Amino acid sequence: MSYLTLSIALIFVIIPLVLSKTLRLGLEKDTIIAAIRSIIQLLAVGYLLQYVFDAEHMVYIWLMIVLMIGAATQNARRKGSTIPGITWKLIVTFVFIEVLTQSILLGLSITPATAQYIIPISGMIIGNSMVLSILFLNRFTSEVEDHQDETELILTLGGTPKQAIHDQLIRAIKASTIPTIESQKTIGLVQLPGMMSGQIIAGADPVRAVQFQLLILFLLLTTAVVTSIMVGYLSYPTLFNERMQFVRWKRRGERSQ
Amino acid sequence: MSTQAAIRFENVFYSMRGDTILKNITGMFPEGQITTIVGPSGAGKSTLFKLCNGLQSPDAGEIMISDKPIVDYEPIELRRHVGIALQQATMIRGDVMENLNLPQQLQGKQITEQRAKELLEVVGLKQDILHRDSKDLSGGQRQKLSIARTLVNYPKILLLDEITSSLDRVSQQDIEHLIQKINKKYGTTMVWITHNLEQALTIGNYTWVMMEGEVVETGESSLLKDPKDKRVKQFVKGEFE
Repeated sequence: MSYLTLSIALIFVIIPLVLSKTLRLGLEKDTIIAAIRSIIQLLAVGYLLQYVFDAEHMVYIWLMIVLMIGAATQNARRKGSTIPGITWKLIVTFVFIEVLTQSILLGLSITPATAQYIIPISGMIIGNSMVLSILFLNRFTSEVEDHQDETELILTLGGTPKQAIHDQLIRAIKASTIPTIESQKTIGLVQLPGMMSGQIIAGADPVRAVQFQLLILFLLLTTAVVTSIMVGYLSYPTLFNERMQFVRWKRRGERSQ
Repeated sequence: MSTQAAIRFENVFYSMRGDTILKNITGMFPEGQITTIVGPSGAGKSTLFKLCNGLQSPDAGEIMISDKPIVDYEPIELRRHVGIALQQATMIRGDVMENLNLPQQLQGKQITEQRAKELLEVVGLKQDILHRDSKDLSGGQRQKLSIARTLVNYPKILLLDEITSSLDRVSQQDIEHLIQKINKKYGTTMVWITHNLEQALTIGNYTWVMMEGEVVETGESSLLKDPKDKRVKQFVKGEFE
């Protein structure tokens, strides 16, 4: 596809703009920003990847992964900002999941150790891990707030902090991982996964595209479950102090005393 | 009256988010007796209980539990020694048996059906509700079950926070008898926060009057008939009329 044909595709940006204007939906500004940002960001990534692939140097791969983890941490951190030490907890989780998945993939020679494989797969793993940690933190925070009575009851009866928060923790882990598991049950029936569609359009053999898609899906199962469990087990101890008292997390915007 | 203290407070202060909740609390709950605590809302009564059970720690001052500084207790040991039953009588999901088993389950043990039935009898609940879902219990039944559940740990001291305030008169009387029964049967020191001055006077041996985070008057419960402090006089007058 040439840039000329791609520019014709801008028709698909103009259609929502016209509709928004006519029906006064007020979406024009955001639509234009979204279109411009995606053009700039994706082209920049495209040229960056081309450079990294051509350079064939491990340093660039490391650099890209560090950048991804930094951006994911920055994004997820805002959701869990009331939890003490959330930044390093997220970094540890993302680094762990990246090391775990890549050592299995590379160690067992499932994928070759080249930038072409490592970078896109890392992007999907870290991106999904980020979304999962946001889902988990949202759910866990509300579970903790809604079930303070139960937590306090178990503490008063002489339970440990882990026992006092166990049910809320498990519910939040389950709730945050269910969408990943459920969506895999219907995959391929209604819509083809984006990565697989992209490969097929770009001319790849559909069966080979499916093989890679399956690999990614399995990786995402591990990512989802490991992320929720890790963020959960790293976060819950900050709800209690050394006297096993329930200290609660400050709400966002609440002053520290 | 025995003067041995089950819980003794020495100049205890507690504040939360910059607000002083308890100011210079000094006094004691006599061992083996029923102490009632009365006072208007916001007097810091419930917070005082949380300090005794180790759910919160004071900012200053000392609390002695059975003649041992509270800080020398392991938190779990303290919470089994000083049981607490709250107004909301929170139940975990499951039936009556699962709720009675909770304190044992937390220690990796299992309560016997025999013991569970004994506890139900002590608190005046019928044994056939053992496998009823805790959601289907009435307010009074929940309160009794909450007390029975606290008794599983054999606490030496039992703190009861407004446990009758949402109950009808008959259920209130049931609980009043229950408090006296447990006190006699096990020699448990009972401390009971109540809104009802009549209850405080008839059930209590000893009474604390708290106002605005301070202990205003303490003594034998008959003090409520003829308080010395002016504010207590006014409070008692308002409540009894």
